Amino acid sequence: MAKKGYDAGVKEYRDTYWMPEYEPKDTDILACFKITPQPGVPREEVAAAVAAESSTGTWTTVWTDLLTDLDHYKGRAYRIEDVPGSDDAIYAFIAYPIDLFEEGSIVNVLTSLVGNVFGFKALRALRLEDIRFPIAYVMTCGGPPNGIQVERDKMNKYGRPMLGCTIKPKLGLSAKNYGRACYEGLRGGLDFTKDDENVNSQPFMRWRDRFGFVQDAIERAERETGERKGHYLNVTAPTPEEMYKRAEYAKELGTPIIMHDFFTAGFTANTGLANWCRDNGLLLHIHRAMHAVVDRNPNHGIHFRVLAKCLRLSGGDHMHSGTVVGKLEGDRESTLGWIDCMRDSFIKEDRSRGIFFDQDFGSMPGMLPVASGGIHVWHMPALVNIFGDDSVLQFGGGTLGHPWGNAAGAAANRVAVEACVEARNAGKDLEKESKEILTSAAKHSPELKIAMETWKEIKFEFDTVDKLDIVHK
Amino acid sequence: MSKVQDYPSRLGDNSSRKFETFSYLPAMSDKQIRQQVQYIVDQGYNPGVEHTEVENAMENYWYMWKLPLFGETDVDTILAECKECHDANPDNHVRLIGYDNYAQSQGASMVIYRGKGFK
Repeated sequence: MAKKGYDAGVKEYRDTYWMPEYEPKDTDILACFKITPQPGVPREEVAAAVAAESSTGTWTTVWTDLLTDLDHYKGRAYRIEDVPGSDDAIYAFIAYPIDLFEEGSIVNVLTSLVGNVFGFKALRALRLEDIRFPIAYVMTCGGPPNGIQVERDKMNKYGRPMLGCTIKPKLGLSAKNYGRACYEGLRGGLDFTKDDENVNSQPFMRWRDRFGFVQDAIERAERETGERKGHYLNVTAPTPEEMYKRAEYAKELGTPIIMHDFFTAGFTANTGLANWCRDNGLLLHIHRAMHAVVDRNPNHGIHFRVLAKCLRLSGGDHMHSGTVVGKLEGDRESTLGWIDCMRDSFIKEDRSRGIFFDQDFGSMPGMLPVASGGIHVWHMPALVNIFGDDSVLQFGGGTLGHPWGNAAGAAANRVAVEACVEARNAGKDLEKESKEILTSAAKHSPELKIAMETWKEIKFEFDTVDKLDIVHK
Repeated sequence: MSKVQDYPSRLGDNSSRKFETFSYLPAMSDKQIRQQVQYIVDQGYNPGVEHTEVENAMENYWYMWKLPLFGETDVDTILAECKECHDANPDNHVRLIGYDNYAQSQGASMVIYRGKGFK
């Protein structure tokens, strides 16, 4: 019952927001934060402060608190754990009542959970490690416009990973020359080519010209190869109005897939575009420019698995996931964890993969993880092993850098992926027998043979910056 | 570095047309085909045989040969069905589908007999 009177002043956060006895409800949104407190701040207090500042609380008591039932709305810190391998950081588990969030709004969830609290002075660093979205909230979100199964049926690709290629140079080609580069890749055996993320509508190549020439490339490559083809036409634009204008034109051309940069454009734009794609039957490829700014520091920011879950709810059919083996950052076990979050219906808590909660996506479709960045034919066996069939393997330089050109580069990759799938199905160990599998496939593919000679020694062996937290002493 | 080679695919040449998964590899030996069929069985997929004229291979639907072989796990029986379809339609592509009931999709799809003009 309401207590008597209003006491102005500052109370300790833990008096209100630290509730170790609390049993999270099935409908709560749960979050795990990694908190590095300022020296001398007790861990319960700092966990409670994060719960408060990311939900109902502010630094002082206010009389209007007494006009509502704060016990119904407040976030609760309900568990604290040590972070393995760290002397000062803790994991704080916080439960938020579902009523705190607007239905179907990833924007609203993030504004609360990763809002002001990240600048809070009592913390030295703060990282959102994982979120559990209750199925009740999942059901309010649109999710991927099509999903893996629908994409396979539309594109007629079964029993293997799909192959893509990002067109290079990133910037500076004219629309017609750009379409040529796409055509060559597609006729050589790729399923998709891709706009580089920073290709929008610059003076050297306006979007409408690019869309037209690229569509021509797709159609001719389809007639030539007898296979379905696509190109991720990037509709990322300065305003939502302009974005929809470009999407409408892509649809008018009859192209199968468009592309969006969800993080630079924002979740409002992304969710709207995903809804548009669902209404209009286009596939949606999602690029993730800017993600490493927030997800690479192991102590501060948002873990990529959280971004992946958020994007799945906001909507996308493909999402870049890292490659493990290529030029860009990505720890193997962590990557396996977040590609599960992209594709599976139910993901079990698994600390060895950095998964802190059971996550139920119910019947929400999955997204295809896209492995892209510094990969070439020698990586193919490992990629097929890591990513499996439900993925897009995307070779940019590893297609276009072939000494005989894009068509030959594409054919080399296509032969390699099919040889790896065949070998896997026949029971071979792809990573142990990789050299033998590729060498044997190259006997009947001169394109593959030359690709293997070209990229023989190219590896990217740097230590991962963002590793899973494990005891190291 | 070796001399640059042309990529010899042509609009005017029907044999440049591909037929999706495994069509960039040479035709498989009997042993290799058995391994792939065994894989389809091991995944728990339901086998189904389809065929079509080579010029219509890009379409969504091929002719269904009889009905899918629901629950069939014997590789010889599955291959015999493919052969029967091929004997009745010697010019056509004959493919084997592995229906994945849980994904509600095709887990596998491969041409077992390549149609006329394809090596």
